[in-house]
Amino acid sequence: MITAETVNYISSLARLHLEGPEAVKLAGDLEAILHYAAKLNALDVASVTPTSHVLNVENVFRDDVPAPGLTPEQAFSFAIESQDNAYKVPRIIE
Amino acid sequence: MNTASLTAHELMDRIKIGGITPARIVDDVLARAQAVNPGTHAFIRFADKITAGEGACPLPIAIKDNICVNGSLTTCASKILEGFRPPYDAEVVARIKAAGGVILGSANMDEFAFGSSCETSVYGPSHNPWDLKRVPGGSSGGSAAAVAAGQAVWALGSDTGGSIRQPAAFCGVVGLKPTYGRVSRYGLIAFGSSLDQIGPITKDVRDGALLLNIIAGFDPKDSTSVNAPVPDYTRALGRDVKGLRIGIPREYFIPGIQPEVLAAVRAAIDVFKAQGAQIVDIALPHTAYAVATYYIVATAEASSNLARFDGVEYGLRAFPAVPRKGKLIDMYEETRAQGFGAEAKRRIMLGTYVLSSGYYDAYYLRAQKVRTLIKQDFEKAFGACDVILSPTTPTTAFRIGEKMNDPVAMYLSDIFTIPANMAGIPAISIPCGFDGAKLPVGLQLMAGPFAEETLLAAAYAYEQAAPWHQARASL
Repeated sequence: MITAETVNYISSLARLHLEGPEAVKLAGDLEAILHYAAKLNALDVASVTPTSHVLNVENVFRDDVPAPGLTPEQAFSFAIESQDNAYKVPRIIE
Repeated sequence: MNTASLTAHELMDRIKIGGITPARIVDDVLARAQAVNPGTHAFIRFADKITAGEGACPLPIAIKDNICVNGSLTTCASKILEGFRPPYDAEVVARIKAAGGVILGSANMDEFAFGSSCETSVYGPSHNPWDLKRVPGGSSGGSAAAVAAGQAVWALGSDTGGSIRQPAAFCGVVGLKPTYGRVSRYGLIAFGSSLDQIGPITKDVRDGALLLNIIAGFDPKDSTSVNAPVPDYTRALGRDVKGLRIGIPREYFIPGIQPEVLAAVRAAIDVFKAQGAQIVDIALPHTAYAVATYYIVATAEASSNLARFDGVEYGLRAFPAVPRKGKLIDMYEETRAQGFGAEAKRRIMLGTYVLSSGYYDAYYLRAQKVRTLIKQDFEKAFGACDVILSPTTPTTAFRIGEKMNDPVAMYLSDIFTIPANMAGIPAISIPCGFDGAKLPVGLQLMAGPFAEETLLAAAYAYEQAAPWHQARASL
């Protein structure tokens, strides 16, 4: 059961502010989707290895050769607010 | 000659004999795109500067709005990325530009590719060129609609659970999802990183092979792109399908499929049979679990990927009218509350839930294990056949608004396309007929990892024998 309390907890983990009716609707939606997903419980997967990635590649490295990247001007050209080549945000310690 | 209805290879042939100039093609296609866009809303914006290209393939293309184009607005059809102009090109865009390709503009999509109908776009829905009251499918609905309506010679889409193939089926065009790793994801704004793949949406199979030739290949900037040689995919076209083993998965022929879709797909099987292909009955026993598995794995990955949209760096930044928790946290939470639409919020919440402490094993880990079973189904099946054939979708295009209030019903429209993403294999949708309402039906073919040539050869053989792809929507 997805309670209002669960929705509040998950929304704070997700850093997503939800208003009253929106939270109620989401609780119902999540309930319905998780109910559908419960069909996976019918399978015995105790001895199955999980797949996180379909390709059998690991630890892909490239040679450490310097190459030009974005300049600070380019990187900050789309910043919401920046100062001295850093993103500016509200004071963190209030 | 109606430039906008021609395929890329037809246009290239005409350029070579001096029948048309690249500049004229751009003018004609752009004029068509602008003229019918109020009806289809396939493009959410046209490029600021459009000039004729020079190079091996100087044709105009529509780019899905989640693929970065240097200096051009790229928003994933979301408010949270309003005003965002990436300072670099996605690898696929760089390759298209290098071939002389001309970017016409940004194709509409479901917000962050979350959807199967293009209705979750913050810019409003796109409309199916075959019936403007119906959805073009999604999430690459704008790309498919643009190609079907002659608003672009071809287009790029992205496919996480069917987002290239399902709209291609609904719009009567060809959509190809390459093997995971065949095409660089660099500059594709990520949804489900273990599932996403960019691919061509085209008017016929030859165009699909041509566009794949341009975009496929290793890219050191994407560590999941595979360093394997890229063949000339057009050389596979015309290969005989005599003796080709075509697997028919019994789990894909289930009650609930629209009878006209079933009839068209059965007729397609007969076309292959008549060409000497060997039809094999196969089983993919975990098919019924694919949608549930997908909506856990994909939303988990999406919730992580979308954590970066928090008002710090780019796009939207918002604060609540009345402070709640402290200015910085308020900024994160309000930016995301205002910036994401309902479906994005639903998926972020679901993904966060299945990854959260106490639920991780029950949902996420279990889904990853079922993913293994789905992948193994395909490995076994490809021992008995070379290509798997199925409907692309259970129905033809549905009406705008029809499924918006029932997320599970909407998710089930991807039931036949999701498994290929779970297994990472290539799959294509090609037109195979029309229903009674003159809406296109899509045929899906799937092949083993990196067997795009087999896939394209089979699709081309079908298309030559049953040229449904030649029909054009009248707009």
